[in-house]
Amino acid sequence: MIHILSLLTPAPAAFDLPPAIATEAPDVDWLYNMIYYISVFFTAVITGLMLYWVKIYKRKKGDKRIETPHFPRLEIIWTVIPCFFVIFLFHVGFKAYMKQAIAGQDALEIRVRGQKWFWTFRYPNGREENNHLYLPVGKQVKFVISAADVLHAFYVPGARVKKDAVPGMYTTMVFTPNVEGDTPVYCAEYCGAPLGYPEPALEGAPHGGHSAMMAMIHVVSQQEFDKFIKEGPKRPEGLTDAQWGGKLYKENACVTCHTTDGSKGTGPTWKGMFGKPVELNAGLSGGVGNTMVDEAYVRESIAKPQAKVVMGFNPVMPPYNLTDKQIDAIIEYMKTLQ
Amino acid sequence: MAAITTDQHGHGHGSGEPDVDYIRKSKGLMSWLITLDHKRIGVMYLISVMVFFVFAGVMALLVRAELFTPGRTLMDPDTYNRVFTLHGVVMVFFFIIPAVPAALGNFVLPIMLGAKDVAFPRLNLLSYYIYVLGGCFGIFSMINGAVDTGWTFYTPYSTTTNGAVVWMVMAAFIAGFSSILTGVNFIVTIHKLRAPGLTWSRLPLFLWGIYATSILQVLATPVLAITLLLLMLERTMDIGIFDPHKGGDPVLFQHFFWFYSHPAVYIMILPGMAIVNEIIATFTHRKIMGYRAVFISSLALALFSFLVWAHHMFTSGMSEYANMVFSALTFLVAIPSGVKVFNWTGTLYKASIWVASPMLYGLAFLFQFCIGGLTGLFLATLATDIHLHDTYFVVAHFHYVMVGSTVFAFFGGLHYWWPKMTGKLYDEKTAKICFWLIFVGYNTVFLPQFVLGSRGMPRRYYDYLPQFQFLHQVSTVGSWILAIGGFWMLFMFVQSLRNGKKSPWNPWNSAGYEWGSPTPPPLENFNKQPVFTRGPYDYHLATDAELGEEQVK
Repeated sequence: MIHILSLLTPAPAAFDLPPAIATEAPDVDWLYNMIYYISVFFTAVITGLMLYWVKIYKRKKGDKRIETPHFPRLEIIWTVIPCFFVIFLFHVGFKAYMKQAIAGQDALEIRVRGQKWFWTFRYPNGREENNHLYLPVGKQVKFVISAADVLHAFYVPGARVKKDAVPGMYTTMVFTPNVEGDTPVYCAEYCGAPLGYPEPALEGAPHGGHSAMMAMIHVVSQQEFDKFIKEGPKRPEGLTDAQWGGKLYKENACVTCHTTDGSKGTGPTWKGMFGKPVELNAGLSGGVGNTMVDEAYVRESIAKPQAKVVMGFNPVMPPYNLTDKQIDAIIEYMKTLQ
Repeated sequence: MAAITTDQHGHGHGSGEPDVDYIRKSKGLMSWLITLDHKRIGVMYLISVMVFFVFAGVMALLVRAELFTPGRTLMDPDTYNRVFTLHGVVMVFFFIIPAVPAALGNFVLPIMLGAKDVAFPRLNLLSYYIYVLGGCFGIFSMINGAVDTGWTFYTPYSTTTNGAVVWMVMAAFIAGFSSILTGVNFIVTIHKLRAPGLTWSRLPLFLWGIYATSILQVLATPVLAITLLLLMLERTMDIGIFDPHKGGDPVLFQHFFWFYSHPAVYIMILPGMAIVNEIIATFTHRKIMGYRAVFISSLALALFSFLVWAHHMFTSGMSEYANMVFSALTFLVAIPSGVKVFNWTGTLYKASIWVASPMLYGLAFLFQFCIGGLTGLFLATLATDIHLHDTYFVVAHFHYVMVGSTVFAFFGGLHYWWPKMTGKLYDEKTAKICFWLIFVGYNTVFLPQFVLGSRGMPRRYYDYLPQFQFLHQVSTVGSWILAIGGFWMLFMFVQSLRNGKKSPWNPWNSAGYEWGSPTPPPLENFNKQPVFTRGPYDYHLATDAELGEEQVK
């Protein structure tokens, strides 16, 4: 009995929208469903009339050719009624949109930075995290979005919102997560691809640069959220420094440009790199001649990637804000790649 | 009393002196390459656009094949990006913009006007060669590493990426001049070379559509030229107009680009609508209902198209109020589009309908334009657009307008005027089979993409999550059906050239002015100056002799 009833009442979201995770989403879904049914109705009426008339008014030899009838009143009706209809649609659409554009006073502010090909999130207390964003359930969130290199777009299908990440500009969008659980973030503005076929920064994400630029939003309870942002990044239990470095190598998207098997990538391969000299690109950086790839060079290249660029590569790496412990772990990882 | 005073009828009944048609008038390759005859230039355009169409179509097949499975199917991500960019750039700048106006329009326009040629025949040939030159730059770019920017060339990606971007931008820049010159030529021709009796209120709706298109080409294309020029300067000389590090603005490029490219959408769709007007009139044997409303709506669409460019940019970071204004203006487009659809449908009421192959394309246009237009409502409505922008929903929407409407109309026009152009008939049964393959294939490609987009699948993705695989596979299988139909149709036309039956002078029993000239037409279109004494759709006034021997069975 309950099953039959649930079939008859309209579903909260149409069959082809992803599960909604934000309080603003149902307004969008309602609009989507309404336009959907209206579109199906009009297409069915026009196509139905068309097919019916084609069938019954099929040309026969010797058909009389009469002048096309003229229905001025009908023409006025089908011009004026759609006018009212689109004014209504515009109004409802704009109202729902404003809810996703304007944040309240006490919204949680999250900085989002897009770069080829991963997302960085910064919490109000300064904690940064790549590709994983924890949000407290029931709290309105204001996203302040920027880009480090080219255009990206921060797209959360579950909340029905997206906003472009534009270099040299802050853009904002708003939603209030209301369902605990995970929901994906995609990049919706084309941003190219790395050379070859590297692993994506987020485990389980698609490949290919723009399509690999996926993050995961974890909506959790307020207590869990508070606990999460207080603790800094630390080595997961049971891992050695080198193993943690390997994990960071993936999570920070080093993997999209630096290979570990010696094959060609957007940046120099890490295989056999540590402890050996490399030739620098004098035209692109302050460094001239050779430099030894040691702890100091690795640290400098993470914080200030354009300072000493290796010969044969472009200065395209964004700067990273990692802790000393994280940098040490990455160095340990590089040492294992001989 | 015959309404069109031409030598037509003698010719039709075989009693007049035999005309030398434009094809047999002179021989040899050079007689084509340096011709000033609008019909031959139209045919050369037709061959060229079809070459680009087949090439860009193959690119589309590669894109769909890559998406058949998640992960790597055929090619690397970088190659994939170059392939979908080629598909877009070539289809937009080298196929769909010139396809209807420059190829079919060139052939038909002066004949419909009762003129000997366009106003400036030399300029016409020049615009063809400018188009070819643009094509050469495009090919040069392809062999120099091609381009991975997408057809929109968004900055700062396009100013920083590797590849032959400048060459490709140059190709579009040059092709734009061809478009401008053709537009000027057609506007002048329509104003100055109408035959006696051809008043504005008798102007065929095809010409109203081409007229509106030409105005757009002349007014909007220069903006594209300036935008592309700035992009070239940015890339080669680093002037910084779009570079935020130098105080420039990347979003400015989008405003410039869409200020052209939105009107360009109407440069693509208006000629398609224009053809459908002719097809529906001929195959229902009557004037389109509300002739005046239909041509006014064409001009209204041309006007509105300049006011809505920023609806491509609702997520770009423009202010909420700019979004509000552009959303409201965008809804205006729905009104004239709706008027056209209602009028086309209404024309069928109590008409005398002959569903020959061109009409099949006309009816499919009507169905698909409904879907393309109505899905536009989702994208004009701000709240739903924010979710659907840059997803497969948009891909499906504009393919319903560009392919489902314009390309179907172009195919319809090609079938409709093929006998006029070649003097040969094609095999009607094969044409119908090909239509059904194309129709079924096309809808199988793009209907699932609406669902993909609604579920959140972004566009220009090389790889996707497993949950999207089934719909991608349906879409790819559709592309194969579409390809079979398309190639078979091309083969059918080649067969018609080789051993098609000779066409009667008015194979569709049309009252249109262009069928009042011999088929195929002589060099100067009419053997003596025509005088029009009725409208092109006044079937109730047209005599049986004018309509020719009844072809319907």
